[in-house]
Amino acid sequence: MTKQIIVPFGPQHPVLPEPIHIDLVLEDERVVDAIPSIGYIHRGFEKLVEKREFTEYVYIAERTCGICSFIHGATYCQGIEQIMNIDVPERAQYLRVIWSEFSRLHSHLLWLGLFADAFGFENLFMGAWKTREKVLDFMEETTGGRVIQGTSKVGGVRRDISSERLDRMTKDLDDLDREMKELTDVFLHDDSVRHRLRNVGTISRNDAYHLGAVGPTARGSGVAIDLRKSGYGAYDRLNVQVVTDSCGDCYSRCAVRAKELFTSTDLIRQAVKKIPEGPIDVKVTGAPDGEYFMRAEQPRGELVHYLKGNGSKFLVRSRIRTPTLTNIPPLIKMLQGCELADVPVIVLSIDPCISCTER
Amino acid sequence: MTMDKQTITAIEVGKLIGSVERFRNEGYRLVQIGCTKVGDLYEINYCFDKDYHLDVVRIAIPAETEVPSISGMYWNAFIYENEMHDLFGIQVRGMNIDFKGTLIRTAEKFPFSKPPVTVTKGGKP
Repeated sequence: MTKQIIVPFGPQHPVLPEPIHIDLVLEDERVVDAIPSIGYIHRGFEKLVEKREFTEYVYIAERTCGICSFIHGATYCQGIEQIMNIDVPERAQYLRVIWSEFSRLHSHLLWLGLFADAFGFENLFMGAWKTREKVLDFMEETTGGRVIQGTSKVGGVRRDISSERLDRMTKDLDDLDREMKELTDVFLHDDSVRHRLRNVGTISRNDAYHLGAVGPTARGSGVAIDLRKSGYGAYDRLNVQVVTDSCGDCYSRCAVRAKELFTSTDLIRQAVKKIPEGPIDVKVTGAPDGEYFMRAEQPRGELVHYLKGNGSKFLVRSRIRTPTLTNIPPLIKMLQGCELADVPVIVLSIDPCISCTER
Repeated sequence: MTMDKQTITAIEVGKLIGSVERFRNEGYRLVQIGCTKVGDLYEINYCFDKDYHLDVVRIAIPAETEVPSISGMYWNAFIYENEMHDLFGIQVRGMNIDFKGTLIRTAEKFPFSKPPVTVTKGGKP
Protein backbone atom coordinates (compact mmCIF):
# COMPACT_ATOMS: atom_id res chain seq x y z
CA MET A 1 0.00 0.00 0.00
CA THR A 2 1.29 3.47 -0.89
CA LYS A 3 2.29 5.56 2.09
CA GLN A 4 -0.13 8.40 2.82
CA ILE A 5 1.09 11.86 3.76
CA ILE A 6 -0.84 14.98 4.74
CA VAL A 7 -0.02 18.27 3.04
CA PRO A 8 -1.55 21.34 4.67
CA PHE A 9 -3.09 23.74 2.12
CA GLY A 10 -3.63 27.21 3.53
CA PRO A 11 -4.86 29.04 5.53
CA GLN A 12 -2.49 31.41 3.69
CA HIS A 13 -2.02 30.60 0.04
CA PRO A 14 -1.05 32.71 -3.02
CA VAL A 15 -4.31 31.99 -4.88
CA LEU A 16 -6.56 32.62 -1.88
CA PRO A 17 -6.67 36.09 -0.38
CA GLU A 18 -8.83 34.74 2.46
CA PRO A 19 -8.02 32.00 4.97
CA ILE A 20 -9.30 28.47 4.55
CA HIS A 21 -7.27 25.45 5.56
CA ILE A 22 -7.50 22.08 3.86
CA ASP A 23 -5.58 19.00 4.98
CA LEU A 24 -4.82 17.13 1.78
CA VAL A 25 -4.29 13.41 2.28
CA LEU A 26 -1.95 12.29 -0.52
CA GLU A 27 -0.79 9.03 -2.01
CA ASP A 28 2.18 10.08 -4.10
CA GLU A 29 0.89 13.17 -5.95
CA ARG A 30 -2.78 12.11 -5.86
CA VAL A 31 -5.25 13.54 -3.34
CA VAL A 32 -7.26 10.76 -1.73
CA ASP A 33 -9.07 12.89 0.82
CA ALA A 34 -9.46 16.53 1.81
CA ILE A 35 -10.44 17.79 5.25
CA PRO A 36 -11.41 21.46 5.39
CA SER A 37 -11.23 23.84 8.36
CA ILE A 38 -12.67 27.32 8.52
CA GLY A 39 -13.21 29.70 11.41
CA TYR A 40 -10.01 31.74 11.26
CA ILE A 41 -11.91 34.99 10.88
CA HIS A 42 -15.37 34.18 12.24
CA ARG A 43 -16.94 37.54 13.09
CA GLY A 44 -20.22 36.62 14.72
CA PHE A 45 -22.24 39.15 12.67
CA GLU A 46 -25.40 37.17 13.32
CA LYS A 47 -25.12 37.89 17.04
CA LEU A 48 -25.24 41.62 16.31
CA VAL A 49 -29.01 41.49 15.72
CA GLU A 50 -29.29 41.66 19.50
CA LYS A 51 -27.59 45.07 19.54
CA ARG A 52 -28.84 46.76 16.37
CA GLU A 53 -32.39 47.71 15.50
CA PHE A 54 -33.80 45.84 12.53
CA THR A 55 -33.60 48.96 10.34
CA GLU A 56 -29.92 49.48 11.22
CA TYR A 57 -28.99 45.83 10.70
CA VAL A 58 -29.14 46.38 6.91
CA TYR A 59 -25.67 47.95 7.18
CA ILE A 60 -24.36 44.92 9.05
CA ALA A 61 -25.96 42.51 6.55
CA GLU A 62 -24.32 44.42 3.69
CA ARG A 63 -20.92 44.06 5.28
CA THR A 64 -21.17 40.28 5.31
CA CYS A 65 -19.30 40.35 2.01
CA GLY A 66 -17.18 42.90 0.19
CA ILE A 67 -18.14 41.60 -3.26
CA CYS A 68 -21.85 40.80 -3.18
CA SER A 69 -22.61 43.32 -0.45
CA PHE A 70 -25.61 44.85 -2.23
CA ILE A 71 -27.36 41.48 -2.59
CA HIS A 72 -26.85 40.71 1.11
CA GLY A 73 -28.47 44.02 2.07
CA ALA A 74 -31.32 43.65 -0.42
CA THR A 75 -32.01 40.04 0.65
CA TYR A 76 -32.15 41.03 4.30
CA CYS A 77 -34.57 43.89 3.47
CA GLN A 78 -36.78 41.60 1.39
CA GLY A 79 -36.94 39.13 4.27
CA ILE A 80 -38.06 41.82 6.70
CA GLU A 81 -40.55 43.15 4.14
CA GLN A 82 -42.04 39.65 3.85
CA ILE A 83 -42.47 39.35 7.63
CA MET A 84 -44.01 42.83 7.88
CA ASN A 85 -46.11 42.53 4.70
CA ILE A 86 -44.60 45.67 3.24
CA ASP A 87 -45.51 46.39 -0.36
CA VAL A 88 -42.33 47.75 -1.90
CA PRO A 89 -42.84 50.19 -4.81
CA GLU A 90 -42.17 48.65 -8.21
CA ARG A 91 -39.48 51.16 -9.11
CA ALA A 92 -37.50 50.13 -6.03
CA GLN A 93 -37.80 46.46 -7.00
CA TYR A 94 -36.41 47.17 -10.47
CA LEU A 95 -33.59 49.30 -9.04
CA ARG A 96 -32.66 46.39 -6.78
CA VAL A 97 -32.49 44.13 -9.83
CA ILE A 98 -30.25 46.59 -11.69
CA TRP A 99 -27.81 46.93 -8.79
CA SER A 100 -27.92 43.17 -8.08
CA GLU A 101 -26.98 42.36 -11.67
CA PHE A 102 -24.19 44.93 -11.67
CA SER A 103 -22.96 43.23 -8.47
CA ARG A 104 -22.99 39.90 -10.31
CA LEU A 105 -21.00 41.43 -13.19
CA HIS A 106 -18.50 42.84 -10.71
CA SER A 107 -18.19 39.52 -8.88
CA HIS A 108 -17.86 37.34 -11.98
CA LEU A 109 -15.29 39.66 -13.58
CA LEU A 110 -13.32 39.72 -10.35
CA TRP A 111 -13.40 35.93 -10.21
CA LEU A 112 -12.47 35.49 -13.87
CA GLY A 113 -9.42 37.67 -13.22
CA LEU A 114 -8.39 35.74 -10.12
CA PHE A 115 -8.96 32.45 -11.90
CA ALA A 116 -6.80 33.55 -14.85
CA ASP A 117 -4.08 34.53 -12.40
CA ALA A 118 -4.36 31.11 -10.70
CA PHE A 119 -3.76 29.23 -13.94
CA GLY A 120 -0.94 31.54 -14.90
CA PHE A 121 -2.52 33.91 -17.47
CA GLU A 122 -1.59 37.24 -15.97
CA ASN A 123 -2.61 39.62 -18.75
CA LEU A 124 -6.04 37.97 -18.86
CA PHE A 125 -6.32 38.77 -15.16
CA MET A 126 -5.51 42.42 -15.91
CA GLY A 127 -8.03 42.49 -18.77
CA ALA A 128 -10.82 41.14 -16.57
CA TRP A 129 -10.14 43.64 -13.81
CA LYS A 130 -9.91 46.50 -16.31
CA THR A 131 -13.43 45.68 -17.50
CA ARG A 132 -14.59 45.30 -13.90
CA GLU A 133 -13.53 48.90 -13.23
CA LYS A 134 -16.31 50.11 -15.56
CA VAL A 135 -18.87 48.19 -13.53
CA LEU A 136 -17.51 49.65 -10.29
CA ASP A 137 -17.58 53.14 -11.83
CA PHE A 138 -21.27 52.67 -12.57
CA MET A 139 -21.93 51.49 -9.01
CA GLU A 140 -20.09 54.51 -7.65
CA GLU A 141 -21.91 56.92 -9.96
CA THR A 142 -25.37 55.64 -9.04
CA THR A 143 -24.96 54.68 -5.38
CA GLY A 144 -21.94 56.64 -4.15
CA GLY A 145 -20.05 53.47 -3.19
CA ARG A 146 -17.84 51.11 -5.15
CA VAL A 147 -17.80 48.24 -2.66
CA ILE A 148 -20.50 48.97 -0.11
CA GLN A 149 -23.49 50.62 -1.77
CA GLY A 150 -25.84 51.22 1.16
CA THR A 151 -28.81 51.88 -1.10
CA SER A 152 -31.19 49.16 0.10
CA LYS A 153 -33.41 49.84 3.05
CA VAL A 154 -36.43 48.20 4.59
CA GLY A 155 -39.34 49.49 2.50
CA GLY A 156 -37.42 50.25 -0.70
CA VAL A 157 -34.20 51.95 -1.73
CA ARG A 158 -32.45 55.16 -0.67
CA ARG A 159 -31.41 56.43 -4.09
CA ASP A 160 -32.99 56.67 -7.50
CA ILE A 161 -31.33 56.55 -10.91
CA SER A 162 -32.43 59.38 -13.15
CA SER A 163 -34.29 58.64 -16.40
CA GLU A 164 -31.47 60.29 -18.39
CA ARG A 165 -28.91 57.97 -16.79
CA LEU A 166 -31.09 54.95 -17.45
CA ASP A 167 -31.45 56.03 -21.10
CA ARG A 168 -27.66 56.22 -21.47
CA MET A 169 -27.27 52.83 -19.84
CA THR A 170 -28.19 50.87 -22.99
CA LYS A 171 -25.20 52.31 -24.84
CA ASP A 172 -22.93 51.67 -21.83
CA LEU A 173 -24.10 48.06 -21.73
CA ASP A 174 -23.38 47.65 -25.46
CA ASP A 175 -19.81 48.86 -24.88
CA LEU A 176 -19.47 46.58 -21.85
CA ASP A 177 -20.79 43.59 -23.83
CA ARG A 178 -18.25 44.21 -26.59
CA GLU A 179 -15.40 44.32 -24.09
CA MET A 180 -16.66 41.23 -22.22
CA LYS A 181 -17.05 39.33 -25.49
CA GLU A 182 -13.35 39.85 -26.31
CA LEU A 183 -12.44 38.76 -22.80
CA THR A 184 -14.68 35.70 -22.55
CA ASP A 185 -13.62 34.50 -26.02
CA VAL A 186 -10.21 33.80 -24.51
CA PHE A 187 -11.68 31.96 -21.50
CA LEU A 188 -14.00 29.91 -23.71
CA HIS A 189 -11.92 29.23 -26.81
CA ASP A 190 -8.21 29.50 -25.98
CA ASP A 191 -6.51 26.12 -26.25
CA SER A 192 -4.16 26.61 -23.30
CA VAL A 193 -7.07 27.64 -21.02
CA ARG A 194 -9.14 24.68 -22.14
CA HIS A 195 -6.20 22.33 -21.71
CA ARG A 196 -5.59 23.53 -18.15
CA LEU A 197 -9.23 23.32 -17.04
CA ARG A 198 -10.87 20.43 -18.91
CA ASN A 199 -11.41 17.24 -16.86
CA VAL A 200 -10.01 18.89 -13.74
CA GLY A 201 -12.06 18.79 -10.54
CA THR A 202 -15.01 17.01 -12.12
CA ILE A 203 -18.23 16.50 -10.16
CA SER A 204 -21.23 14.69 -11.61
CA ARG A 205 -24.72 16.16 -11.82
CA ASN A 206 -26.00 13.69 -9.23
CA ASP A 207 -23.20 14.44 -6.75
CA ALA A 208 -23.50 18.20 -7.25
CA TYR A 209 -27.24 18.08 -6.51
CA HIS A 210 -27.11 15.73 -3.53
CA LEU A 211 -24.07 17.39 -1.97
CA GLY A 212 -25.87 20.73 -1.98
CA ALA A 213 -23.91 22.58 -4.66
CA VAL A 214 -25.39 25.94 -5.63
CA GLY A 215 -24.78 28.69 -8.19
CA PRO A 216 -22.28 28.21 -11.02
CA THR A 217 -20.79 25.24 -9.10
CA ALA A 218 -24.13 23.41 -9.51
CA ARG A 219 -24.97 24.82 -12.94
CA GLY A 220 -21.54 23.79 -14.26
CA SER A 221 -22.63 20.20 -13.57
CA GLY A 222 -25.96 20.64 -15.31
CA VAL A 223 -28.09 21.35 -12.21
CA ALA A 224 -30.37 24.17 -13.34
CA ILE A 225 -30.96 25.86 -9.98
CA ASP A 226 -31.19 29.65 -10.10
CA LEU A 227 -33.21 31.37 -7.38
CA ARG A 228 -33.99 34.27 -9.71
CA LYS A 229 -36.39 31.82 -11.36
CA SER A 230 -38.41 31.77 -8.11
CA GLY A 231 -39.39 35.33 -8.96
CA TYR A 232 -38.34 37.40 -5.95
CA GLY A 233 -38.14 41.18 -6.40
CA ALA A 234 -38.86 42.16 -9.99
CA TYR A 235 -37.40 38.96 -11.44
CA ASP A 236 -40.90 37.54 -11.93
CA ARG A 237 -41.45 40.17 -14.63
CA LEU A 238 -38.16 39.50 -16.42
CA ASN A 239 -37.04 36.67 -18.65
CA VAL A 240 -34.27 34.94 -16.66
CA GLN A 241 -32.11 32.58 -18.73
CA VAL A 242 -30.44 29.89 -16.63
CA VAL A 243 -26.96 29.09 -17.97
CA THR A 244 -25.80 25.50 -17.51
CA ASP A 245 -22.97 23.30 -18.70
CA SER A 246 -22.83 19.56 -18.45
CA CYS A 247 -19.19 18.46 -17.93
CA GLY A 248 -18.92 19.45 -14.26
CA ASP A 249 -15.21 20.34 -14.45
CA CYS A 250 -13.32 23.58 -13.85
CA TYR A 251 -13.82 24.62 -17.48
CA SER A 252 -17.62 24.20 -17.16
CA ARG A 253 -17.78 26.31 -14.01
CA CYS A 254 -15.68 28.97 -15.73
CA ALA A 255 -17.87 28.81 -18.88
CA VAL A 256 -21.06 29.25 -16.83
CA ARG A 257 -19.71 32.40 -15.19
CA ALA A 258 -18.41 33.78 -18.48
CA LYS A 259 -21.81 33.29 -20.15
CA GLU A 260 -23.70 34.66 -17.14
CA LEU A 261 -22.06 38.03 -17.70
CA PHE A 262 -24.27 38.43 -20.75
CA THR A 263 -27.45 37.23 -19.03
CA SER A 264 -26.81 39.93 -16.41
CA THR A 265 -26.50 42.71 -19.00
CA ASP A 266 -29.62 41.32 -20.69
CA LEU A 267 -31.53 41.46 -17.38
CA ILE A 268 -30.38 45.05 -16.80
CA ARG A 269 -31.60 46.00 -20.29
CA GLN A 270 -34.97 44.36 -19.60
CA ALA A 271 -35.23 46.16 -16.25
CA VAL A 272 -34.32 49.52 -17.82
CA LYS A 273 -37.07 49.03 -20.43
CA LYS A 274 -39.71 48.07 -17.89
CA ILE A 275 -38.90 50.25 -14.88
CA PRO A 276 -41.93 52.43 -14.08
CA GLU A 277 -41.91 55.97 -12.72
CA GLY A 278 -42.99 56.37 -9.11
CA PRO A 279 -41.84 56.36 -5.52
CA ILE A 280 -38.77 54.40 -4.42
CA ASP A 281 -39.76 53.64 -0.84
CA VAL A 282 -42.63 53.42 1.62
CA LYS A 283 -42.78 54.45 5.24
CA VAL A 284 -42.19 51.57 7.61
CA THR A 285 -43.98 51.48 10.95
CA GLY A 286 -43.99 48.81 13.61
CA ALA A 287 -41.53 45.99 14.07
CA PRO A 288 -41.19 42.50 12.59
CA ASP A 289 -43.14 39.78 14.36
CA GLY A 290 -42.69 36.45 12.63
CA GLU A 291 -40.10 34.60 10.61
CA TYR A 292 -39.05 34.11 7.00
CA PHE A 293 -36.40 32.24 5.05
CA MET A 294 -35.50 34.77 2.37
CA ARG A 295 -33.59 33.25 -0.50
CA ALA A 296 -31.83 35.04 -3.34
CA GLU A 297 -29.33 34.25 -6.08
CA GLN A 298 -25.92 35.65 -5.29
CA PRO A 299 -23.06 35.51 -7.83
CA ARG A 300 -21.85 32.35 -6.03
CA GLY A 301 -25.29 30.80 -5.70
CA GLU A 302 -28.25 30.52 -3.40
CA LEU A 303 -28.14 32.78 -0.35
CA VAL A 304 -30.46 32.29 2.64
CA HIS A 305 -31.25 34.95 5.21
CA TYR A 306 -33.38 33.44 7.98
CA LEU A 307 -34.95 36.22 10.02
CA LYS A 308 -37.04 35.91 13.14
CA GLY A 309 -38.62 38.78 15.06
CA ASN A 310 -40.76 38.95 18.18
CA GLY A 311 -42.43 42.32 17.66
CA SER A 312 -39.59 44.34 19.19
CA LYS A 313 -37.08 46.53 17.33
CA PHE A 314 -34.44 43.85 17.78
CA LEU A 315 -34.58 40.58 15.87
CA VAL A 316 -34.36 37.31 17.76
CA ARG A 317 -32.26 35.70 15.05
CA SER A 318 -30.53 36.40 11.79
CA ARG A 319 -29.00 33.31 10.24
CA ILE A 320 -27.09 33.82 7.01
CA ARG A 321 -26.37 30.68 4.98
CA THR A 322 -23.91 31.73 2.32
CA PRO A 323 -23.26 29.88 -0.94
CA THR A 324 -19.61 29.12 -0.14
CA LEU A 325 -20.57 27.26 3.05
CA THR A 326 -22.79 24.89 1.08
CA ASN A 327 -20.24 24.55 -1.74
CA ILE A 328 -17.56 23.18 0.63
CA PRO A 329 -18.89 19.56 0.67
CA PRO A 330 -18.96 19.41 -3.18
CA LEU A 331 -15.43 20.87 -3.15
CA ILE A 332 -14.24 17.94 -1.03
CA LYS A 333 -15.72 15.57 -3.60
CA MET A 334 -13.97 17.45 -6.45
CA LEU A 335 -10.63 17.24 -4.70
CA GLN A 336 -10.77 13.48 -4.10
CA GLY A 337 -8.69 11.85 -6.82
CA CYS A 338 -7.14 15.01 -8.26
CA GLU A 339 -3.44 15.80 -8.64
CA LEU A 340 -1.82 18.02 -6.00
CA ALA A 341 -0.90 20.62 -8.64
CA ASP A 342 -4.60 21.01 -9.56
CA VAL A 343 -5.75 21.81 -6.02
CA PRO A 344 -5.42 25.63 -6.21
CA VAL A 345 -7.38 25.78 -9.49
CA ILE A 346 -10.11 23.46 -8.18
CA VAL A 347 -10.49 25.37 -4.91
CA LEU A 348 -10.76 28.63 -6.82
CA SER A 349 -13.26 27.14 -9.28
CA ILE A 350 -16.06 27.24 -6.67
CA ASP A 351 -15.34 30.98 -6.22
CA PRO A 352 -14.88 30.65 -2.46
CA CYS A 353 -15.78 33.68 -0.38
CA ILE A 354 -14.50 33.03 3.11
CA SER A 355 -15.57 36.47 4.25
CA CYS A 356 -19.19 35.44 3.54
CA THR A 357 -18.69 32.03 5.10
CA GLU A 358 -17.22 33.53 8.28
CA ARG A 359 -20.06 36.01 8.70
CA MET B 1 -44.10 40.10 -5.94
CA THR B 2 -43.88 36.31 -6.40
CA MET B 3 -42.06 34.55 -3.59
CA ASP B 4 -41.10 30.95 -3.13
CA LYS B 5 -43.52 28.91 -1.03
CA GLN B 6 -42.44 27.83 2.44
CA THR B 7 -43.84 25.21 4.78
CA ILE B 8 -42.65 24.80 8.37
CA THR B 9 -43.54 21.59 10.19
CA ALA B 10 -42.69 21.11 13.87
CA ILE B 11 -41.86 17.51 14.81
CA GLU B 12 -40.43 15.64 17.77
CA VAL B 13 -36.74 14.81 17.70
CA GLY B 14 -37.57 11.07 17.57
CA LYS B 15 -39.30 11.54 14.20
CA LEU B 16 -36.45 13.49 12.62
CA ILE B 17 -34.71 10.66 10.79
CA GLY B 18 -38.00 9.35 9.34
CA SER B 19 -38.97 12.81 8.06
CA VAL B 20 -35.57 13.48 6.53
CA GLU B 21 -35.60 10.06 4.87
CA ARG B 22 -38.86 10.97 3.17
CA PHE B 23 -37.31 14.15 1.75
CA ARG B 24 -34.30 12.22 0.55
CA ASN B 25 -36.48 9.59 -1.16
CA GLU B 26 -38.57 12.29 -2.85
CA GLY B 27 -35.47 13.97 -4.32
CA TYR B 28 -35.28 17.10 -2.19
CA ARG B 29 -31.92 18.77 -1.68
CA LEU B 30 -30.73 19.96 1.72
CA VAL B 31 -30.62 23.76 1.70
CA GLN B 32 -29.36 24.31 5.23
CA ILE B 33 -29.64 23.42 8.88
CA GLY B 34 -29.88 26.40 11.21
CA CYS B 35 -30.24 26.79 14.94
CA THR B 36 -31.99 29.50 16.96
CA LYS B 37 -31.98 29.90 20.74
CA VAL B 38 -35.51 30.63 21.91
CA GLY B 39 -35.67 30.96 25.69
CA ASP B 40 -34.26 27.77 27.18
CA LEU B 41 -34.83 25.77 24.01
CA TYR B 42 -32.95 25.45 20.76
CA GLU B 43 -35.00 25.45 17.57
CA ILE B 44 -33.28 23.57 14.77
CA ASN B 45 -34.58 24.10 11.25
CA TYR B 46 -33.83 21.53 8.56
CA CYS B 47 -34.59 23.17 5.20
CA PHE B 48 -35.17 21.21 2.00
CA ASP B 49 -35.91 22.40 -1.50
CA LYS B 50 -37.51 20.95 -4.58
CA ASP B 51 -38.58 23.10 -7.53
CA TYR B 52 -38.11 26.29 -5.46
CA HIS B 53 -40.49 25.09 -2.77
CA LEU B 54 -38.91 25.31 0.68
CA ASP B 55 -39.96 22.66 3.17
CA VAL B 56 -38.75 23.16 6.72
CA VAL B 57 -38.76 20.53 9.45
CA ARG B 58 -38.30 21.97 12.93
CA ILE B 59 -37.34 20.37 16.20
CA ALA B 60 -37.14 22.22 19.53
CA ILE B 61 -34.82 20.71 22.14
CA PRO B 62 -33.33 21.60 25.51
CA ALA B 63 -29.55 22.09 25.67
CA GLU B 64 -28.71 18.63 26.98
CA THR B 65 -30.64 16.68 24.30
CA GLU B 66 -28.55 14.85 21.73
CA VAL B 67 -29.64 15.14 18.11
CA PRO B 68 -29.15 12.33 15.57
CA SER B 69 -27.04 13.26 12.57
CA ILE B 70 -28.69 13.22 9.14
CA SER B 71 -25.31 12.98 7.39
CA GLY B 72 -26.03 9.33 6.57
CA MET B 73 -28.76 10.53 4.21
CA TYR B 74 -27.39 13.95 3.29
CA TRP B 75 -23.60 13.70 3.28
CA ASN B 76 -23.22 17.51 3.19
CA ALA B 77 -25.11 17.87 6.49
CA PHE B 78 -21.83 17.57 8.40
CA ILE B 79 -20.94 21.18 7.64
CA TYR B 80 -24.11 22.47 9.34
CA GLU B 81 -24.05 19.94 12.17
CA ASN B 82 -20.47 20.82 13.07
CA GLU B 83 -21.38 24.49 12.81
CA MET B 84 -24.29 24.20 15.24
CA HIS B 85 -22.10 22.23 17.61
CA ASP B 86 -19.32 24.83 17.51
CA LEU B 87 -21.57 27.88 17.79
CA PHE B 88 -24.46 26.61 19.95
CA GLY B 89 -23.00 23.56 21.71
CA ILE B 90 -25.62 21.18 20.25
CA GLN B 91 -24.50 17.57 20.61
CA VAL B 92 -24.95 15.68 17.33
CA ARG B 93 -24.69 11.89 17.35
CA GLY B 94 -23.15 9.98 14.42
CA MET B 95 -21.76 12.68 12.12
CA ASN B 96 -19.87 11.33 9.10
CA ILE B 97 -17.14 13.95 9.62
CA ASP B 98 -16.85 15.12 13.23
CA PHE B 99 -14.47 18.03 13.71
CA LYS B 100 -14.93 17.75 17.49
CA GLY B 101 -15.33 21.48 17.93
CA THR B 102 -12.60 22.64 15.55
CA LEU B 103 -14.51 23.50 12.38
CA ILE B 104 -15.17 27.06 13.50
CA ARG B 105 -12.56 28.39 15.88
CA THR B 106 -14.15 30.91 18.22
CA ALA B 107 -12.49 32.88 21.02
CA GLU B 108 -15.43 32.03 23.26
CA LYS B 109 -16.86 28.51 23.52
CA PHE B 110 -20.39 28.12 22.08
CA PRO B 111 -20.91 31.90 21.67
CA PHE B 112 -24.46 31.63 20.35
CA SER B 113 -25.67 29.73 23.42
CA LYS B 114 -25.12 32.80 25.59
CA PRO B 115 -28.19 34.81 26.60
CA PRO B 116 -28.98 37.76 24.33
CA VAL B 117 -27.47 41.12 25.20
CA THR B 118 -30.03 43.35 26.93
CA VAL B 119 -30.31 46.70 25.26
CA THR B 120 -31.04 49.62 27.56
CA LYS B 121 -33.11 52.69 26.71
CA GLY B 122 -31.25 54.85 24.22
CA GLY B 123 -29.98 51.84 22.33
CA LYS B 124 -26.75 51.21 24.28
CA PRO B 125 -26.22 47.57 25.13
